[in-house]
Amino acid sequence: MVTAINRVDEALIWRWLDAVPDPEIPVISVVDLGIVRQVQWHEDEGGDTLEVTITPTYSGCPATSIIALDVETALAKRGIKNIRITQSISPPWTTDWLSKKGKAKLEEYGIAPPNPAGGPDRCPLCKSADVERISQFGSTPCKAQWRCRSCLEPFDYFKCL
Amino acid sequence: MAEDALFQFLLRQGDNALVLAHRLSEWCGHGPMLEEDIALANTALDLMGQTQMWLGYAAQVQGEGKSADDLAFLRDVWDFRNLLLVERPNGDFGVTIMRQFLFDATQVPNLEALTQSSDSRVAEIAAKSIKEARYHLDRSREVVIALGDGTAESHDRMQAALDGLWPYVGEMFMGDEVDEAMVGAAIAPAPESLRPSFDATISQTMAEATLRLPDDTFAHRGGRNGQQHSEHLGHMLASMQFLQRAYPNARW
Repeated sequence: MVTAINRVDEALIWRWLDAVPDPEIPVISVVDLGIVRQVQWHEDEGGDTLEVTITPTYSGCPATSIIALDVETALAKRGIKNIRITQSISPPWTTDWLSKKGKAKLEEYGIAPPNPAGGPDRCPLCKSADVERISQFGSTPCKAQWRCRSCLEPFDYFKCL
Repeated sequence: MAEDALFQFLLRQGDNALVLAHRLSEWCGHGPMLEEDIALANTALDLMGQTQMWLGYAAQVQGEGKSADDLAFLRDVWDFRNLLLVERPNGDFGVTIMRQFLFDATQVPNLEALTQSSDSRVAEIAAKSIKEARYHLDRSREVVIALGDGTAESHDRMQAALDGLWPYVGEMFMGDEVDEAMVGAAIAPAPESLRPSFDATISQTMAEATLRLPDDTFAHRGGRNGQQHSEHLGHMLASMQFLQRAYPNARW
């Protein structure tokens, strides 16, 4: 099987994709964010094709098309010739898919990670629990604006979806 | 006929989202404060994303090789199937928020029912959209209460907004032969069946907002079947479709 030799191991593909930053929150990768759902090789007429399935966070998120382009570019740079990016909406994206590593990086970056309670449990900067909401929406569809009453700094909260 | 009914149903879903999204986007840069401006733009963005899914599927069902963009930009008023409510002009911030609340209060039970659709694509789109719609309802409900139970000025404006929009509420619950076909195929709920949930949401909310629900039941109709849109939709499309009208087939 000549074709099989040309197939890069899927685990390695996942590692490569984990180096592709989210265009709006570059501190975490598209894998951390749970946007990349599946990586799969297919045997097509023109040779082996790598199919990468991605899902949008919010249905109108303008970053989705940029992410598709970034994923394709990153794989092409590693020498993958035939790439197919597929969009899937089912099951719908949820913040439960954010990796542990991703959540930690978000907080380190100054964005409070999603919390099932419906709001951040602490300020990502000074760690005080004394926080209040400014607005249910923020600078991107996935964020809301909050403020810390201890250090008085405003901060982004990654909405729970 | 069955395909055509499905197409009409999908246009109704997509056009509601599209027209409301465009209306909300008209606020961009004009919101009463930065946070509200951003909130309206974000709601518009969610609805625009939903539009792409609904109209994308509508174009596929239509089978003429068209895209969601073709349906959005290359149809004129009489081919739109949105509710009269969503084409109402923005008015003041109170009118915009009240319109949003009345729509959200119907859209949440609508999408909830659609997640159980026998058409798997409809169910998928609804499952994706419902999360956003619930968030929109949380917010519009909260703002209606804050402004209704706010100052004398904000209360009066919210009451005027509710009274002014009330004649456009009934159309959301008026079924026709398209709906009958959808109910028959277990694709979508009867619009009438959404009313109890809507009534429960608004009566509770208006009580908290200290607003009085109008007791008349008159309802304008003609939006969702395309028979008689208001003049406002034509003006809106002239602006929204300007580029394709002035420079046909322009792409970027």
